[in-house]
Amino acid sequence: MSVPAATPAYEAVIGLEVHVQIRTQSKMFTRAPAGYGHPVNTLTDPVVLALPGTLPVLNKAALDQIIKAGLLLGCSIAPVCKWDRKNYFYPDSPKNYQITQYDQPICAGGAVEIELPGAARNLMGEHKRIPLTRIHLEEDVGKLNHFATESLVDYNRAGTPLMEIVSEPALRSADEAFAYLTSLRTIMVYGGISDCDMEKGQLRCDANISIRPVGDPTLGTKVELKNLNSISFVRDGIAHEIRRQLAVVAAGGRIVQETRDYDGQTGVSQSLRSKEMAHDYRYFPDPDLMPVEVDEAWRQRLQAECPELPFDKQRRFFAEYQLPYTITSVLVPDAELSDFFEAAARLSGKPQAVGNWIVNDLLRELGTAKVPLAQSKVRPEHIAELVGLIEAGTILNNAAKEVFIDMAQTGERPAAVVARRGLKAETNLDELEQWCRDAIAANPKSVADYRSGKESALNAFKGPVMRAAKGKASPKLVDETLRRLLMS
Amino acid sequence: MPDDLCFQTMGELSARLARRELSAVELTEAVVARTRAVDGLVGAFNSFDEADALAQARASDARRAAGCALGPLDGIPIGIKDVIAVAGQPLTASSRILASFVSPYDATVIEKLKAAGAVCWGRLNLDEFAMGSSTENSATKVTANPWDLARVPGGSSGGSAAAVAAGEAIVSLGSDTGGSIRQPAAFCALVGLKPTYGRVSRYGLIAYASSLDQIGPFGHTVADVAQVLGAIAGHDERDSTSVRLPVPDYSAELVAARSAGRKWRLGIPREYFGEGLAPEVGAAVQAAIAHYRGLGCEIHEVSLPHTPYAIAAYYIIATAESSSNLARYDGIRYGHRSAAATDALDIYFKSRAEGFGAEVKRRIILGTYVLSSGYYDAYYLRAQKVRTLIRRDFLAAFESVDAILTPTSPVAAFPRGAQADPLSMYLLDIYTIGVNLAGLPALSLPCGFTRDPQPLPIGLQLIGQPFRESELLALAEAYESGHDWKARRPDVSAQSAAPEGVHP
Repeated sequence: MSVPAATPAYEAVIGLEVHVQIRTQSKMFTRAPAGYGHPVNTLTDPVVLALPGTLPVLNKAALDQIIKAGLLLGCSIAPVCKWDRKNYFYPDSPKNYQITQYDQPICAGGAVEIELPGAARNLMGEHKRIPLTRIHLEEDVGKLNHFATESLVDYNRAGTPLMEIVSEPALRSADEAFAYLTSLRTIMVYGGISDCDMEKGQLRCDANISIRPVGDPTLGTKVELKNLNSISFVRDGIAHEIRRQLAVVAAGGRIVQETRDYDGQTGVSQSLRSKEMAHDYRYFPDPDLMPVEVDEAWRQRLQAECPELPFDKQRRFFAEYQLPYTITSVLVPDAELSDFFEAAARLSGKPQAVGNWIVNDLLRELGTAKVPLAQSKVRPEHIAELVGLIEAGTILNNAAKEVFIDMAQTGERPAAVVARRGLKAETNLDELEQWCRDAIAANPKSVADYRSGKESALNAFKGPVMRAAKGKASPKLVDETLRRLLMS
Repeated sequence: MPDDLCFQTMGELSARLARRELSAVELTEAVVARTRAVDGLVGAFNSFDEADALAQARASDARRAAGCALGPLDGIPIGIKDVIAVAGQPLTASSRILASFVSPYDATVIEKLKAAGAVCWGRLNLDEFAMGSSTENSATKVTANPWDLARVPGGSSGGSAAAVAAGEAIVSLGSDTGGSIRQPAAFCALVGLKPTYGRVSRYGLIAYASSLDQIGPFGHTVADVAQVLGAIAGHDERDSTSVRLPVPDYSAELVAARSAGRKWRLGIPREYFGEGLAPEVGAAVQAAIAHYRGLGCEIHEVSLPHTPYAIAAYYIIATAESSSNLARYDGIRYGHRSAAATDALDIYFKSRAEGFGAEVKRRIILGTYVLSSGYYDAYYLRAQKVRTLIRRDFLAAFESVDAILTPTSPVAAFPRGAQADPLSMYLLDIYTIGVNLAGLPALSLPCGFTRDPQPLPIGLQLIGQPFRESELLALAEAYESGHDWKARRPDVSAQSAAPEGVHP
C-alpha cells in the first residue's frame, strides 16, 4: 500500500522518536535481571523499587550496546557519558524521576539508510539516507494495569535499558517512515543490540508530523502521534494524520500543536493533550552517577564488534555472488541466514544455485516444520554437496527436490539419501538407447509427424522413456538420444 | 557501676572485652538499661529493639568464646541515625511519610559494621530527612541536649549526638550534609567526623542532598572515631560516587602520629571569625589556636573569599537535589498513603501533604523552584559555579597550610524554639557548609565550655585535605591529649524534663 504524501500543494514533514530496549542480562542501574513475560514484580530489587537509600550504578553492558548502535549508524560518540534526571510524577516511575541524558547525548548525528518500495516486488527501490539528531540512553518505566476500580503496577520493565533514537524531520511519507523503521530494526537486530520485538514493547515509536506548502523551508505546527505499536500502525497512523492535517487546512482551519493517540485497530486518532499542558521536567545532572569517560580504546573495541550493515552486505552479495535482487532481499534482512548462505556458497562455489536452494527449499521446509534456522538439520555443507551432485549430473533436479525434503527431515548427507533412495541419475546409455528405440517403435504416427517437421511430436516419446527410466534419466540426454535415433 | 560502662570510651571497652573482663551482653544490657532510664528525658531514640541488640551481643560473645572475635568493634553497641537502613528495623527519617516503613536491606555501612561485629543499636532521631540544625523538625519527638534538656542537641544528627553524650550508645553513626554531624558534636561535647565526600558509601543512606551527604561517626574520643571510620570507609560497587582508594588503618596511623610530634601549618580563615561569632566560642577557639602554637605549629591567617556565598549556594543545591530525591515518597509503593485519596494524583497530593513536615515542604518547594525551566541557569547552574569557587578557595589555602581551624558553630547549643525563623537557623551553618560544598573531610572536637548562663560545650572544627582523614585525626588528637574535656559528663538525671518533650 502506498499513500500519497500530500496533495501537490503540500508536503509532509515527519520525524520519528524510536525507543529501543537494549538487550542486557540485568537492568540499567542495578543487578536485577531484565526480561519479558515473567510473573509480575519478580524482576525487582530495592533499587528498582526506589526504596529509601538505594542508589543507581551503571550497567556498562548497556553503555557498550548503545555505543555500538551509534557506531553502526555512523554517529559521533561523546567522549564523556553524562546522566540527568527528568522529574515527573507517574505511578509507573518508581523514583518519580527518570535517569536519562538531556543536553549531552552519548551519540550525535549519523543516519539510517532506507530502501523505498520498488516499482515491482522483484525490483530494488530507491535508497535514501535519513539523518539522525541523536541517540541517548535512559531507563524504561514499569507498566500500569487498569482494572474496574483500581490500577496495579508491574515494575518488571522498570529500569530496563532503553535508547531513544531521534531522527531529523527528514521523512516525507508514511512509506518512508515504514522503510526507516524496517531498516532500523534490521540494523539493531544485526548488531545484537535488541530483538526489536514490537509485541514485547522492545521497539516503540512516536511520530512528529507536520505539513507545509511544497518549497516552504519553515516547518509547520507539529502533532505528536503516540502509541504506534506495530510498524504497520506507524505507516497507517502517519498516513491518517497527514490526511487529517490536509483536511484541516483544506477546510481553512489551523493545525493545533498537540499529542494524539492513534488506535491501529480502529484507524482513529484522538487528542491526548495540548501544548499548554506540557511538563516542566526540571532536568538536572544526576548527582548519584559519575560521568563515564569513553576513551578511544573503548570505542575501537566496540567498533571491532560491529557487523557489516545490511545494505552493505546486499551490495556485496550483488558484486561478489551476482545474486539477483529477489534472493538478496530474502537473505540480507536475516544475518544468520546470510551467514548460512555464505558458508554454503564458499563450500560449493555455486552461489546462485545455493541461494536458490536456501530461499526456496530451505525456508519452505523450515516454515513447514516450524523450525528456526539454528535448529535446521540441513547445514551449509548439505546444500553445497547437493549442488555439487546436481552439477556433476549425479542426480537430476526432480530427484534433488526429493533429496532435499528427505534430508530436511533426517539430517542425512545428500549422497547418503541418494544411495538409500536409489535416486542416482541413469547414466547407462545402452539401456537409455533401448528405451528410446522401444518408444519410437511403439508410435509410428509420431515418427511420421516428427519427420514431416512437427517438432512437438518429439514429446510423445519422452513420456514413455521417462517412465521406463523411473525419473532417473536426464531430460537433456533423452532429448538428444531421441533426435539422433529419429534422424538415422 | 553499669552507668560507668556507658561513658567509657570504645577503646577502653574494646580492651576489657578482649580481656574477657566484660561480655558484650553485659555491655549491651548496661546500655539498654541506661537508655530505658534516661531516654524519656533525652529523647534520642525513635525506637530500639532490645531483643535484637542482645541477640547481636550474644553472637559477639559466642565468637569471642570460640576465639574468633572480629576486632575492636566486636560487641560494641553503636547507635544508628534513623536514615541509615538496617534490615528488619524501622527506617523513618523521623518523618510521618515513612512512619511504618521497615527496611528489607542493610546499608553498606551496616553490612560493614556487622562484619566487624558491632551491635547495631536503635534508631536515632533527627530533623526530618536530615533537614535542620536542631532536631526540632522531627515528626517523632524533639531530642534534648543532655547538657541542658531545655536546649537542642544540634542537628540534624541530634539523636546520634545526644545518645552518645547521655551514655545511651558507645559510639554512633550520623550523616552530614551541611554540618549535621559536626554541629551536634559541638553542641554535645563529642568528636564528630564528616569524611571526604566519596570516602564512605552512601548506599542505604536516605538521600537528602546526594552530592553533599556523607555518613560519619560520633564518639567520645578521636581514637574511637578513627576506629569506626576504618570500619565503614571504602569503595562500594553500589555507590558510584564512592572512591576507589585504599582505606588506611586509621587507628594505626593515629598511634604512629603520636610519637611523630608533627609541627602542623594551620590556617585560620579570617572570614570565619567575624560578625555573629559568640564571644565565649571565639575565646575558646583562640585558646585552641594558642595550644597548637604552643606545640610548635605555624599559625597562618588564610582567606576563603567566597564564604559569604556558601549558604546561598548550599540552599540552592541541597534543595534542588532533595526536591528530586524525595519525589519517591509518594504513597504508591510504600510509606504513608492518605486514607482520603481517591486516585493516583490525589494519592500524591494528600499523602505528601500529610506525610511531610513544614521544613521538608519548604525545601521541596525551594528546590522545585530553582530547577524550573527558565530559572535553572540563574540559580542551580550559578550555585554550582559558586561551589567550584568555594572548593578552589580551600584548595588554594591548602597550598600553604596542612589544615584549617575554625569554630564549628558560631554559638553553643540554643534553647529549643529559639530559632523560630528558618533563615536564622540556616545562617548558623555558616562554618560547616563550605566543607560539604568542597567535599572535604572535617571534624569537630570539644574545646571548652561556656560559662554564661551555664556550662555548654564548644566545638573546634578542623578541616583537612581530601582523603587525608588520618592527618586530621592526628591533628585533633594533638589537641585532645592536652585537655580533659572528655572527663566531663552531663548529669541527665539531675535535670527535670524539658517542657513540650514530644511534638503534637
